Order: sequence, then structure tokens, then C-alpha cells
Amino acid sequence: MELEKFIENFAEQFDETDASEITASTNYHDLEEWSSLVALSVIAMVDEEYDVTLKGDDIRNSKTVEDLFNLVSSRL
Amino acid sequence: MEGLNPFSLSGKSILITGASSGIGRQIALSCAEMEASLYVSGRNVNRLQDTLDSLSTHSGCHHKLLVADLTHSDEVNNLVAAVEPLDGAVLCSGIGLTLPVKFASQDKFKEVFETNFFSQVELVRLLYKAKKLKASASVVFLDSIGGTHDISAGAIVYGTSKAALLSATKYCALEFSHRLIRVNCICPGMVETPLIHRGTVTEEQLHADMMRYPLKRYGRPEDIAYMAVYLLSDAASWVTGQDFVIDGGISL
Repeated sequence: MELEKFIENFAEQFDETDASEITASTNYHDLEEWSSLVALSVIAMVDEEYDVTLKGDDIRNSKTVEDLFNLVSSRL
Repeated sequence: MEGLNPFSLSGKSILITGASSGIGRQIALSCAEMEASLYVSGRNVNRLQDTLDSLSTHSGCHHKLLVADLTHSDEVNNLVAAVEPLDGAVLCSGIGLTLPVKFASQDKFKEVFETNFFSQVELVRLLYKAKKLKASASVVFLDSIGGTHDISAGAIVYGTSKAALLSATKYCALEFSHRLIRVNCICPGMVETPLIHRGTVTEEQLHADMMRYPLKRYGRPEDIAYMAVYLLSDAASWVTGQDFVIDGGISL
């Protein structure tokens, strides 16, 4: 699994935030559009694309997009 | 003082599905407390046995355990064949799923509808067809405020399955009235059961959600069980086709 593709999939869950604003080091909790619904979308995206089940706590405890990428990678 | 208390379930034979945990388990405990004889059903034999062992047994009451996965038609048929004609049935088995609309694909709907809708209606259909529901029996579906009284983001799959069940309740109530059989459903808000602690949302989010409830707490399984006892009892003999919201005021 590739980090670049993961970032792209992650960024797709946002409607108003431009994909260019989201990089590996982005702390997604700080994004203005970040919400519980976007969090649910990320969980659903990871389930659909990578067949990995994330919990709400995983989303809360990870800081950056890369943290989440690493977590998903570790469960593949 | 048998016969004087219209809320008593004394002498009644009642089937409870989803009885191995959560609301179904509590309904079984409360019905046994009110002197009913029970068939407790569920998928997990160990947890079901635990429910059975916890039931109070008043004199003249007999409880039986029937393992069945209601999504398998042969097991549903075996269940229907195994029960003697019933005075009541409470259908509590259900699963949850939190998913935004854009990820709610047909296979997700199928999985949840299979348990929350198709298997529920199928069991009641077969019980009725096989005349395993006595005249004046009471059927209670465990529904939800989701999909009808409450629309929350991420709940489309679960909510629509429960909305369909609410609708089915009314059709069954109308047609089954020929045998004076009553059919109602209970629509709880969030109740403290394993189903709400699946981890999709964090415990902090759950707590914040709880504080939105006017009565400042989630429901306890007993809050729901007492309504089930009422609907099963003779006290509710003129009540049919209704959905009873028990939600700490969240839908206000």
C-alpha cells in the first residue's frame, strides 16, 4: 500500500478542503472541515479500500495522515 | 392474587429472540419476573444458557432454550416447529452499522436488512401461518427511534431497516387482528447495551451524545423491558399497530 494513494483517498473525504492542503504531515484534527461525519467517512473508506476496520479511538489517537497510514499498514 | 393484576404475565407462554444479550436478555428476565413461561432464543448457546440460568422461575413456569440463527431459513423453521402455541413473542435480535450515505452500498443494506428486517418479519409470518400465535396473542418488535423519529448522520442503513420494521408492524397488526392478535413495536433511543459500544464512535463521543438527552442519560434495558411487559400483558389488550417511543426525550 502506498502513502500517496492513501493521502489521495483520505483527501477525497473532504468537500471544501482542497487536496493540496492535505499532506502526510497534516494534523487532520486541525482542519476546519474535520467533523465526526468526515471521521465516519474515513473509517468507511479504509474499510472499503483496505479491508481494515478502524475504531473511533484510532482516529482520535492518530495525529497526522501518515500516523493513520502507518496504523492501517500495520493491520493489513 | 392471580387474575387480578392486568399487568401480570402469569400463565402466558412467550418467545423472546435475541435473548442472549442486551435488551432481549433484560426482557426475558423481566417477563420471567412477571411469571411468564419462556422460550429464550439466540445464536450463542453459552450466553443463552447464561440468560436461562438467570431467569426467575415461579411455580408453574417452565423456561426453554432454543438456539437459532434467524438468518438461516431451516433454523427459523425448526424454531417455529419447536414452540407450542404462544401468548406472546418479542423479537429483539438486531445489528447496528454506522456508515455515511456515500459508503452505504447495497451489500451493506442487505447484510443489515437480513437481520433487522427480513428475518424478523419472516419469523412472525411463519408463526402466524403455522398458527403458533394463539388468539389474543401479543407480538412486540424491538424497533428504534432511528429512521423515523430520529435522523442522525451515519445511520442510514440501520435507520431504514428499523423504519421498514415499523411499517411492517402496522401491516401485521391490521391483518392479524382477524385473530385478535396484537402487533406493536418499541422504539428506544440509545440504550446501554453491547450494540452501542462497537467502537465506531469513541466513548467520549458517546458521553457527549448522552448529554444531549433531556433526561441526561442513555436508557437502561429495564426501561425498555417494562414497556414490553405492558404490551404482552392483558393491560394492553386494546393496543395494536403502534410504535412506542422510549428515548429520554431525545426526539422532542
